[in-house]
Amino acid sequence: MSTSTAGEEIVPTTLGGKAADYLDQRLGIAGAAKKNLRKIFPDHWSFMLGEVCLYSFIILLLSGIFLTLFFTPSMGDVTYNGSYTPLDGIRMSEAYASTLNLSFDVRGGLLMRQIHHWAALVFVMGIMVHMLRVFFTGAFRKPRELNWIIGFGLFTLALAEGFCGYSLPDDLLSGTGLRIMQGLVLSIPIVGTYISFFLFGGQFPGHDIVPRLFTIHILLVPGLILGLITAHLILVFYQKHTQWAGPGRNDKNVVGLPLMPVYMAKAGGFFFVVFGFIALLGGLVSINPIWVYGPYVPNQITAGSQPDFYIGFFEGALRMMPNVEFNFWGHTLSLNVLVPFAVVPGILFGGIALYPFIEAWITGDKREHHILDRPRNMPTRTALGVAGITFYGVGWLNGGNDLIAIRFNLSVESITWVCRFLIILGPIFAFWLTRRICFGLQRRDRDKVLHGAESGIITRSPEGAFSEVHTPLSQGELHKLTAHDVHRPLTLTEVTDANGVPAPNLRRAKLRAKATQWYFGQRVEKPTAEEYHESITSGHH
Amino acid sequence: MKSLSTRRRHPLAAFVVLVLALGFAGTLFAAFVSPASANADSGNTSAQAIANGKALYETSCSSCHGMNGEGSSYGPSLVGSGSAAVDFQVSTGRMPAQQPGAQIQKKAVLYTQAQIDEMAAYIQSLGGGPVVPSQSQYSVNDSMVQLGGVLFRTNCSQCHNFAGEGGVLTDGKFAPELTQTSPKAMYEAMLTGPQNMPQFPNTVLPSAEKQAIISYIVSTRDEANYGGAGLGRIGPTSEGLFIWTFGLIALLLFAVWIAAHTTKASAERVAQAAAKKGGK
Amino acid sequence: MTEHDEHGHGPVAVDEHGHGHVVPSGDPFADPGLPEHHPRLTDISEKAAKRSERIVAGLFVLSAVATIAFMVCYTQVPNNRQSLVNFFPIGAMSASNFALGVCLGVALFSMGAGAIYWARTLMTDVEIPQERHEYESSNEDKAAAIAEFQQGVEDSDWKKRPLIRRTLIGAMAVLPLPALWILRDLGPLPGNALRYTAWTGGELIINDNTVSLDGTTGQGIRPEDITIGSLVNARPKAALSAGDDFNNMMVKSSILLVRMNEADIKSSQERDWGYHGIVAFSKICTHVGCPVALYEQQTHHMLCPCHQSTFDLSDDGRVIFGPAARSLPQLPITVNADGYLVARSDFNQPVGPSFWERG
Repeated sequence: MSTSTAGEEIVPTTLGGKAADYLDQRLGIAGAAKKNLRKIFPDHWSFMLGEVCLYSFIILLLSGIFLTLFFTPSMGDVTYNGSYTPLDGIRMSEAYASTLNLSFDVRGGLLMRQIHHWAALVFVMGIMVHMLRVFFTGAFRKPRELNWIIGFGLFTLALAEGFCGYSLPDDLLSGTGLRIMQGLVLSIPIVGTYISFFLFGGQFPGHDIVPRLFTIHILLVPGLILGLITAHLILVFYQKHTQWAGPGRNDKNVVGLPLMPVYMAKAGGFFFVVFGFIALLGGLVSINPIWVYGPYVPNQITAGSQPDFYIGFFEGALRMMPNVEFNFWGHTLSLNVLVPFAVVPGILFGGIALYPFIEAWITGDKREHHILDRPRNMPTRTALGVAGITFYGVGWLNGGNDLIAIRFNLSVESITWVCRFLIILGPIFAFWLTRRICFGLQRRDRDKVLHGAESGIITRSPEGAFSEVHTPLSQGELHKLTAHDVHRPLTLTEVTDANGVPAPNLRRAKLRAKATQWYFGQRVEKPTAEEYHESITSGHH
Repeated sequence: MKSLSTRRRHPLAAFVVLVLALGFAGTLFAAFVSPASANADSGNTSAQAIANGKALYETSCSSCHGMNGEGSSYGPSLVGSGSAAVDFQVSTGRMPAQQPGAQIQKKAVLYTQAQIDEMAAYIQSLGGGPVVPSQSQYSVNDSMVQLGGVLFRTNCSQCHNFAGEGGVLTDGKFAPELTQTSPKAMYEAMLTGPQNMPQFPNTVLPSAEKQAIISYIVSTRDEANYGGAGLGRIGPTSEGLFIWTFGLIALLLFAVWIAAHTTKASAERVAQAAAKKGGK
Repeated sequence: MTEHDEHGHGPVAVDEHGHGHVVPSGDPFADPGLPEHHPRLTDISEKAAKRSERIVAGLFVLSAVATIAFMVCYTQVPNNRQSLVNFFPIGAMSASNFALGVCLGVALFSMGAGAIYWARTLMTDVEIPQERHEYESSNEDKAAAIAEFQQGVEDSDWKKRPLIRRTLIGAMAVLPLPALWILRDLGPLPGNALRYTAWTGGELIINDNTVSLDGTTGQGIRPEDITIGSLVNARPKAALSAGDDFNNMMVKSSILLVRMNEADIKSSQERDWGYHGIVAFSKICTHVGCPVALYEQQTHHMLCPCHQSTFDLSDDGRVIFGPAARSLPQLPITVNADGYLVARSDFNQPVGPSFWERG
């Protein structure tokens, strides 16, 4: 395009210029382009985790479309007669037979299946890691609470989507998984049996579940995910990315590199890198070799029947739960199933979804935040997160208790018992330990600010004493290490009315005062300017 | 150390680190899921004097199973166990037992096949029982693989896993992996039900069906992992472990590579460049 | 990374007291502003830049070559179970899958790596600050929006005409209900479907191992066939002619037969419902319905491989470990006139997982 000053008519000369001009005359794209082409994105490896999720979702869409061209979502009986001869003459569903054909007769079919499955694991793993990053850095705070909720929605949809996909091939593992799911549904009080019959079109397994899950898996859930991802990205774009504290970076700006060209190349390149990596996995590492499992038959089972990793927590919780069941007035309440399948995950997931609001209420912080918290500077939040990871991790671990028992020559019962205690005690210990570590790290930062960084150079004084030379920090580093707020607990007076009249909800106010005391009661103060000058001038380090 | 630290600014340093880290992650993973190796056993049957077997029995077995195989508080009676049980237990190294535990483990075989056959003949003479199968009964027959698969998934996979990788039982017991087990030992195990494994006598699982199951196991374990590395053939758990170790580390390294600031030119190079520019 | 940046300032001169820098007056923690940009080698050396250019171009060429190789492999590498490649440390695998996966992976990966290398070495790395805008609207905007909205409310007579308002809200509230209503035909009502199985008095017990591959023929079992310590998976004779209903039937009616010394059976009812030490139990776990079949012939423990519920088959199928709350149901059996094992009746309770109406 020719450059020109304001007011001069712009006459496009190149083909691309002409196309842009054509669109601009109809859509006015130049305005949007002017604003967004040089949009700034900050550089940090942890900001790439969400992109992993986005890209693996695109890979899932692409490979999934290919798979639908060959997969037959039907539970109709066929006798297999394909090129996988060990299953020759065996009765199976059309779904399973078509998956075998995909794997052995369609060129690139096995590759696409494996890419699809690996991408699914990367998708869910990416979401989990991305959520942890956002949690530990406080990126969910105002104004991004809504995007946290959207992200949480994407997380739960991804779990559901993964489970549906796992169930489609109708092999022995996926059928077993569905059977377990149906057993879980049956435990729901009052409506469980009805939901099960509506879901399966009658008794389990029936003939409807695969086609129904197919529609859910390829249309309903991906549609929702696509919509939510769009909203998620629009909000990220509109609200601009958060950034780490550092010289020149504050809550009013964002420092980084422009979308055009740097982030187009970096993010675009990352898509291809992720896709290439997953394609290599698909070509080199087996995943879900359904032909080895055999078709689903309700009286067959294999040792080590396991779900994909993201269902592992539920599986482990189911294995761990003591066998509590109540019978009353002709009804059965199976807490041994309901608690690990619905109650505990409900509390855990509810807590995750609502955390931004709970924390904002406890801290009373209504300001906008664009500078991320270093996890150590929010010890209670970080400790809660680690406690949550521990809780989830113990459940997850117990989901593989049989394989652990085999690998390490232990008894599966003792692993289960250890996990039963560990799932309660582990998070408590993790919470305590993480807070201690955070305070320790904060003190180290404080020492670094006041006395400089350890240089590794040892000097010997004329008197013979050895000491390490501490290098004073640059002002940029000083700023970075002191940019955070040290929060203080709200006192009860602060939560009462300005005139000293008790707030209408005194009970709530008291609870809040307690919560904020728990949250911020123990803290490490930042060094003040006076302390710093004192330290510098005394030459004390 | 100095040379290493200067080379970290080399343009290829990032790749070297990437490759090393990937290798490390892979090793970590492999160490976790690589299947345990086991000794193969083989041998062919031949009859020997019962007397030889009795002599061997008296030195090695009688302390637990009694002078005449009648059993004691340390070991069950062997009357009626048959030669198949002896051949299985001794030729897989399970007997003579070495240490008590949840389950008698397989270990190095102590006897030659000829000696085992003699012991088997002796036990057979005590009260009959299932006899060592002939090769035609357990030899692999490719045309029986389909039936074998169905029977395997009905009778065996619940304990031994879909690919014969073994599985857990109660109180520290386990169903061993079948990845190295000889067809003969498999046949004998089905026939005699060693330790806690149930028996599958010919009356409920005919000899031909045992052969079908063996054919399936052997053909499956020899089968390629068409999709690539088999990850121990233990199902989704190892896949999850793989993606959370190797996969996550690889993706994080890519992310670090993308987001990390490119190495800055050293002060000397900047000065050089400035001098060069000035010189022009 | 950022730490590197600041080391980029060069070492700070340190005197013998260790603090040779100028003590800043005022706030020592004040933001010093963005650090000065330091060039990369490619910024100052055209030779280095050329080298980067060649690497990027090389990666793009590699990508194109791999893309073409992918298409060639698609047609040239046979896709069948016999065409394998053996590659350390993976072992034998499908040649087609390997070739296609590696070509596609290399094509994509080098494309991405080239773009990233380009961005990292040749595109600008000067960090730019961009102001954030306020999300909250100005008070004037808020006031204007409220005024517009109220004008709209006013114009609609929403407040003046409560009848319209209330009927609209009411109608809107019930309007989504058909979306639920219309789902009624997703399946039949449960009725008593979970309460019975295919077992009835005299129903022949078929040995699973004798069933043909097409599932239509199979043989019964005589008590003398079952030795002590053996395990037989079995199904009702009705399953041989169940056709489409086969899976639904098997999910409730699969059973296991084991034989133990009658003296080992601890419960008289269990002994009673068995036949000379042969007892039949449901194969479906009472927890969430996996088939249980991990039978230990010496301990008589039956383990479920899914969640490790353990049942004692010598004691009414009692739960001795794990999450299952109910004993494994026992099927009363006897022998018919031909000498084959048959059921005496259906199970006396629903098999499989608990459900609300079970009681």
